[in-house]
Amino acid sequence: MDNNLNKPYNFKEEMTSKKDRFVPGHRMCAGCGGAVTVRSVLRSLHPEDKAVIGNATSCLEVSSYMYPYSAYEDSYIHNAFENAGATMSGVETAYNVLKKKGKIDDTYKFITFGGDGGTYDIGFQSLSGAMERGHDFVYVCYDNGAYMNTGTQRSSATPRYADTTTTPAGKVKDGKVQTRKDLAAIMAAHNIPYVGQTTFYGNFKDIYTKAEKAIYTPGPAFLNVMSPCPRGWGYETSDLMEICRLAVDTCYWPMFEVVDGVWTLTYEPKKKLPIEDFLRPQRRFKHLFKPGNEYLIEEFQKEIDKNWKELLKKCTM
Amino acid sequence: MSIRERLSGNEAVAYAIRQINPDVMPAFPITPSTEIPQYVSTYIANGEMDTEFIHVESEHSSMSAAIGASAAGARTLTATSSCGLALMWEELYVAASDRLPVVLALVNRALSGPININADHSDSMGARDSGWIQIYAESNQEAYDNFIQAFPIAEHPDVKLPIMICQDGFITSHGVENIEIEEDADVKKFVGEFEPEHYLLKKDEPMAVGPYAVSNYYMESKRAQRQGMLNAKKVILDVAKKFEEMTGRKYGFFEEYRLDDADYAIVIIGSAAGTAKAAIDEIRATTGMKVGLLKIRVFRPFPEEEIAEALKNVKSVAILDRAEMFSGTGGPLGAEVTAGLYRARSKAEIVNYIYGLGGRDITVDDFKQIYDELADIATTHEVKDNYRYIGLRERGEQ
Amino acid sequence: MISDRINEQSPWEDLTEGNKIYEAATSREFKTGEWRTQTPIHSPEKCKECYLCVPVCPDMSIQVADDESIVFDMDHCKGCGVCAKVCPFDAIRMEVK
Repeated sequence: MDNNLNKPYNFKEEMTSKKDRFVPGHRMCAGCGGAVTVRSVLRSLHPEDKAVIGNATSCLEVSSYMYPYSAYEDSYIHNAFENAGATMSGVETAYNVLKKKGKIDDTYKFITFGGDGGTYDIGFQSLSGAMERGHDFVYVCYDNGAYMNTGTQRSSATPRYADTTTTPAGKVKDGKVQTRKDLAAIMAAHNIPYVGQTTFYGNFKDIYTKAEKAIYTPGPAFLNVMSPCPRGWGYETSDLMEICRLAVDTCYWPMFEVVDGVWTLTYEPKKKLPIEDFLRPQRRFKHLFKPGNEYLIEEFQKEIDKNWKELLKKCTM
Repeated sequence: MSIRERLSGNEAVAYAIRQINPDVMPAFPITPSTEIPQYVSTYIANGEMDTEFIHVESEHSSMSAAIGASAAGARTLTATSSCGLALMWEELYVAASDRLPVVLALVNRALSGPININADHSDSMGARDSGWIQIYAESNQEAYDNFIQAFPIAEHPDVKLPIMICQDGFITSHGVENIEIEEDADVKKFVGEFEPEHYLLKKDEPMAVGPYAVSNYYMESKRAQRQGMLNAKKVILDVAKKFEEMTGRKYGFFEEYRLDDADYAIVIIGSAAGTAKAAIDEIRATTGMKVGLLKIRVFRPFPEEEIAEALKNVKSVAILDRAEMFSGTGGPLGAEVTAGLYRARSKAEIVNYIYGLGGRDITVDDFKQIYDELADIATTHEVKDNYRYIGLRERGEQ
Repeated sequence: MISDRINEQSPWEDLTEGNKIYEAATSREFKTGEWRTQTPIHSPEKCKECYLCVPVCPDMSIQVADDESIVFDMDHCKGCGVCAKVCPFDAIRMEVK
């Protein structure tokens, strides 16, 4: 592992010394969390290294490489929706061959982005295969909890009770029936050297540190980044950081990492907030606050408590 | 100098792959092409080649990884059959539209369902509009020779398109034949180095691949892609000429067998051409009937004008399809050859047969029956059923 | 400018092969600032250069300059207001203009 990774985090230095490799002019919505994810991960590349950025079909893809406008300082490849893992497997393998044959001499890092639909659902097999084979790249899921590119349809990352366009809350239905798939745990079960779950919190230490570890740990790495979507979740665009804080402090979105099989909680709320603090500002959970639906919030809270308890058992601090 | 060997079609293709020693091969097992990645893996395990093999978890991923590797600058190939090709479908279009010279060793097999592992062309015929060059073989020798010509065609700067080298499942892939193989050094020299102009890992030139293109670009993009396919015709002939200089074995868009003076012709693709040739020799020897064959080698780009020219003197022609396309009016080869003859103002009577689905044998007697029918049609000018099966059990005919 | 060479009026012969492009960061030419309905107004006198507004911008439109002050890229800022909300010193306010 790179020695740089042991350096203490210095926010001011992060902001002054690094250049963005995701650039303006992309067409993600105002206030998009996904764009902040891409930006944060790519800032964690060391300036001397080159990179190839991969992308599953997603909001990000149609917004960041609209012919002939690429929003990347590095080489970029989009192939299709369900195959970002396999596509980057091919790129990384080509790099190893060309390097071995002396046809290239630069050092490259490989990072691929998929939304939760392209990662948890349709791209799951391709991701699993790539991780199992041990390709040296980072797969970053920018998880906004639904198929946002097609207009907020439910995915297996959508939280229970969320009102989406395919699980609408109606007179007899309370939104999505099922709970979320625990993808970070599934990736950890692949016995890969690095899995991290994070989002944007405070001075970005958590996401920068994890992205850098993911990129500079040899072998496959998976990063799950909660990336709020103001349109799909129904909150004010300016509230991005507040929504993330509430997700973390209610333990809806715990931040942890799994390094060589060892689970570590990277942040523990001093005071665990009730889940309704996270749910209330979002239009997708509005129906939970109707009189008579209190039990739904209780159910939600029970699920959060159970997951949190199980996570604490797995984690060291 | 050519060397004589006894190899199956799969062995011959794997042998060519070893000689070419490409950079990357992602592949997934599927009958009857499985032996190709098996042989390649054995060559790699024994240090006889240094291709990086990617053990993908599906054919969709094998074409996806091939696209990634090729875009990154690596000479890339894969192999598959049937449902494997079907699972790649989406990616076939992406490889072609990205203009990536990936080579696919296709061992033709029927598509499910019902599941069937034997030869027919429904897999590659279904992919005929995906933008891939398609070259078919009658024999192990042709499978080997076509494979060696694949990269020089696909990678040619005027072409830059993926290419499918097809052979018939089991009949060709598993049948052992005497063939001539070339020296390793000659093959390497013939195929040369892959030197793409642009690629993801090129020094000081970041490249972006696979954009979202809005309506104002999409149609122009497709027209630009078509140019590669149009240019491929000349390149295929040029490469064949060079190949002939090296080996003495001659290739074109198709092979004409005793077609010069023929009144009645069959158009066919693949291994069944061998049986047709045996039937032709027998018919000519016993009856004096002037029968001939046009065996398609290159189906994409489709050599329409050349086919029409070769068939310009026949009185009747039977087009044989080893794929059912359920159009209700004929098979894919039938439709395209018929259109070509119409545009060339041919006066020949035309009939389209579906044969050999899911490995059904086609025999010398079947061909004799077809030629008899052609003679009949040429006299009566009456084609009662232009879209019929041969070798099919039907009520009242047993 | 790539848009001088490839644009929505280009004939097919002028498109790049396979729609690949061989240069980086061409999206800068597309001015997303036109989408903005609210504009961040920065008050340098209140700003303590804590930089908390820098990483939160989805459009890379707040950067640290060489003199360590912050600069806004109004060609691309979409006016989401995340920066104004995270500023602990009220040094950024959103205005409709």
